[in-house]
Amino acid sequence: MSERLVGKAIKRLEDPALLTGRGRFVDDFHLPGTLHAAFVRSEEAHAKINGIDKSAAVALPGVHAVLTLADLPKRFHAMRMHGMPNPHVTQNIMPYVLAKDEVCHVGEPIAIVIADDRYIAEDAAALVMVDYEPLPTAGDCRAAMAPGAALAHMNSPDNIAAMLHFGYGDIDAAFKNAAHVVKENLFMHRGLGHSIEGRAVLAHYDTFADHLTVYTASQGPHAAKRAIVGMLDWDEERVRVVALDVGGGFGPKMSFYAEQIVTVLASLHVNRPVKWIEDRREHFNSATQERDQYWDVEMAMDAQGKILGLRIAMIHDKGAFMPHGTILPHISCTTVPGPFIIPAYKIDCSVVLTNKPPVAPVRGAGRPQAVFAMERIMDAAAAKLGLDRVEIRRRNLIPAEAMPYSIGLTFRDGKPLTYDSGDYPQLFDKVTKAADYAGFAKRQEAALKNGRYIGIGIASAIEGTGLGPFEGATVRIGPSGTVTLLTGAADQGQGHATTVAQICAEQFGIRPDDVRVVTADTAAIANGTGTFASRQAVNAGSSTHLAAIQVREKVLAIASHILEAAPSDIELADGNAIVKGTDKKISFRDIARAVTGQSGFALPKGIEPGLEATRYFTPEQAAYASGNHIAEVEVDIETGGVKVTNYWISHDCGVVINPLLVEGQVQGGLAHGIGNALLEWMHYDADTCQPLTTTLADYLLPTADAVPKALISHVVSPSPLNPLGVKGAGEGGTIPAPAAIISAIEHALTPFGVHLTQAPVPPHHLVELINKGRRKNSGLLA
Amino acid sequence: MTDTRTITVTVNGKSYTKDVPTRLLLSDFLRHELMLTGTHVGCEHGVCGACTVLLDGRSARSCLTLAVQANGHEVTTIEGIAPEGSNELHPLQQAFQDHHGLQCGYCTPGMLTTLIELLRDNPTPSESEVRSAISGNLCRCTGYQGIVEATLDAARKMRA
Ligand code: FES
Ligand code: FES
Repeated sequence: MSERLVGKAIKRLEDPALLTGRGRFVDDFHLPGTLHAAFVRSEEAHAKINGIDKSAAVALPGVHAVLTLADLPKRFHAMRMHGMPNPHVTQNIMPYVLAKDEVCHVGEPIAIVIADDRYIAEDAAALVMVDYEPLPTAGDCRAAMAPGAALAHMNSPDNIAAMLHFGYGDIDAAFKNAAHVVKENLFMHRGLGHSIEGRAVLAHYDTFADHLTVYTASQGPHAAKRAIVGMLDWDEERVRVVALDVGGGFGPKMSFYAEQIVTVLASLHVNRPVKWIEDRREHFNSATQERDQYWDVEMAMDAQGKILGLRIAMIHDKGAFMPHGTILPHISCTTVPGPFIIPAYKIDCSVVLTNKPPVAPVRGAGRPQAVFAMERIMDAAAAKLGLDRVEIRRRNLIPAEAMPYSIGLTFRDGKPLTYDSGDYPQLFDKVTKAADYAGFAKRQEAALKNGRYIGIGIASAIEGTGLGPFEGATVRIGPSGTVTLLTGAADQGQGHATTVAQICAEQFGIRPDDVRVVTADTAAIANGTGTFASRQAVNAGSSTHLAAIQVREKVLAIASHILEAAPSDIELADGNAIVKGTDKKISFRDIARAVTGQSGFALPKGIEPGLEATRYFTPEQAAYASGNHIAEVEVDIETGGVKVTNYWISHDCGVVINPLLVEGQVQGGLAHGIGNALLEWMHYDADTCQPLTTTLADYLLPTADAVPKALISHVVSPSPLNPLGVKGAGEGGTIPAPAAIISAIEHALTPFGVHLTQAPVPPHHLVELINKGRRKNSGLLA
Repeated sequence: MTDTRTITVTVNGKSYTKDVPTRLLLSDFLRHELMLTGTHVGCEHGVCGACTVLLDGRSARSCLTLAVQANGHEVTTIEGIAPEGSNELHPLQQAFQDHHGLQCGYCTPGMLTTLIELLRDNPTPSESEVRSAISGNLCRCTGYQGIVEATLDAARKMRA
């Protein structure tokens, strides 16, 4: 084979355009005749709609149409957005594409205004009068579970959408035989995706071609196309969905939204292109987001600190609707065991509807909460048994010899949760050595003498990545001789084009930037799934690899025929097939032309036309990546300010295709985790469910001075489940970060006896706990 | 209701005269009137920094600036950073590629304009000066490390 490119830190192909302002984001498109949309959104968290008066809006010059549900084609009057069917879900409630007679969260779309420009559209949206009859709201998901609680949906019997139960082993015996039992009540709030580019749609119904093109900032253009085709009841050939440059995804852009189909319907209504660009306030109130989980955790241990069993009750706030069904709490429930041997496990999870925006995965997807629960209870156990936090974890780690290791649960891919490969003890050794964990006590003591409060925390996570069902790739060499690669793998910054170009170029002896990559266009490849669950290195990577090998073999076969040499004597380099050690060669261009043939003449016997292969990789189950985080923090005990001073990560995502990109994913993931540990909190008024943090000045994202460099060490346990041996790397930087950081904060505040049971921990919360500790220390508090 | 004014603005060295509504944001003027779509809009309330351009050489949030305020002034956007008429990148742009200082690229225009101002005013910034210079620019993808390393590297190269 030619030079190995897999494993190299190749610079990104995507960069030159993005660095010079030549990106192609949805709002960068200026199609002639485009009109602009703004949505009228609910101002109430829960209300009956008694009427909508749009007359003033319609009368505004520059307004082309104002559409409510009643103005849409009849088939939409009874149609709800598509949910994810699941037998455990008792109330799989999804919204209509525009509100009918009830709104269930602030920000729910009620009408669309189509105007000459966005300014006018927003003016008109403000003129639409909605007659609301406010209804009681279900805010706190714990209270919403109680019998007789205010209902999130007026026609529901209660607010319970689903009850999930998972477990294995004899949990009662585990607790009966326990030498120690530890308990924690934990709360974890997670925030929003907050890609810096919001959601975006440009729907262009071309009346002449009777064809619909939808440019949309989506993680899953193929999934979006399926949704559009299904909702319109059109045939596939009339619809194309494209996601060119997408300014970050992080989960929310995987959902298919009412705004997308309604913008399409608007274009069909006015027979012109219609563009809708989400603003930040809309992202706060109507993009899917994560939210609250409450965990009651009990762990049974033997006298040596070995885990005997884990019993959990968890409440998950699902918001007003059920996009993606219960996969988020499902992932939470099955992520808890992590790298530890847990002989018996039981978790009961209540999925509760509230009057807040719908909940669906955000980077990490329910895992940070599960890891927080597991790692907090481990810290509690260490404290109870008087063991070091690392030592107690070591005693419970799954040994490398036990791989593949079956947990005894079913993961959200429907397959038994079986770790395919990994070496967790080695990850532990690497990260504790890198961080000089053993020497920290001395550093802490010295700091304390100077009045500085520093602490260290550790957390780990196992992450099911590379989920199915499939992703595909077409590799093609046309008569130009250019190697073209088409894949459904949508990119939102991960660098998929570079990754797949590396994999592909390697097979042809060319440079990655010689490969022309087209991603995320349903016109380029018929089938696709989308970018979520850290799945594209595995899925798109493997299908690219398989398709490239298939085309390479065909190139070799034809070259061998023309050059009269055995295929094994031919090498591919610089766009040519060359007989090794000779100057006999033929270019890809000529090979491609040979298989195109001449009009009217037969192809040579046994030669199929074209140099092209399409392969779909269908993973049999998730590939489990693993990682270990150590955080060092310093706490200002007067202000409660926390600085993450040092950060170490040991990480195993199998074979690394491009270390530059993997480390970028880990570092970027860490920033998100720091947000979840310290900053990002979506506040709602307790009584009215009105959102209180709807600007980036109120809801804080991590800034450059808040995120340290992650010092990353790699362990490579190739996955046996795909031909490249890769696993996903997109979320490992985020998942354990809140747990590690909060453990470190608690450690720093040991002198005050501070015990932390929530994430994030805002400064005022810490100051309160520190002051309580001070009063206790000085004998003022019992 | 749409009050308009005629303005003349120099953008990336080229002069444009246009009638614009007085309420038109400079960001929208650049993006949708001049079709210079490299300047991005992330929040439209002055926090994310994606829309940062140089107004008479000083960084400014184009989402908090009206187009009419730019009348008679000079604007530099991301399209005007690379040396004109060549395929080369500005050393800072090149360093961003070398150090993986961008992922989705959406925050990048604001990062570049902000940092170009920094490097002009302070050719030898420390790491913490770089971090504080971009503390008003949000990036959700990179965790900032690549951006910081790229800037320090570009500063070294620009001094050489
Ligand atoms: S768009 Fe101007 S600061 Fe965010
Ligand atoms: S690279 Fe995506 S926001 Fe910075």
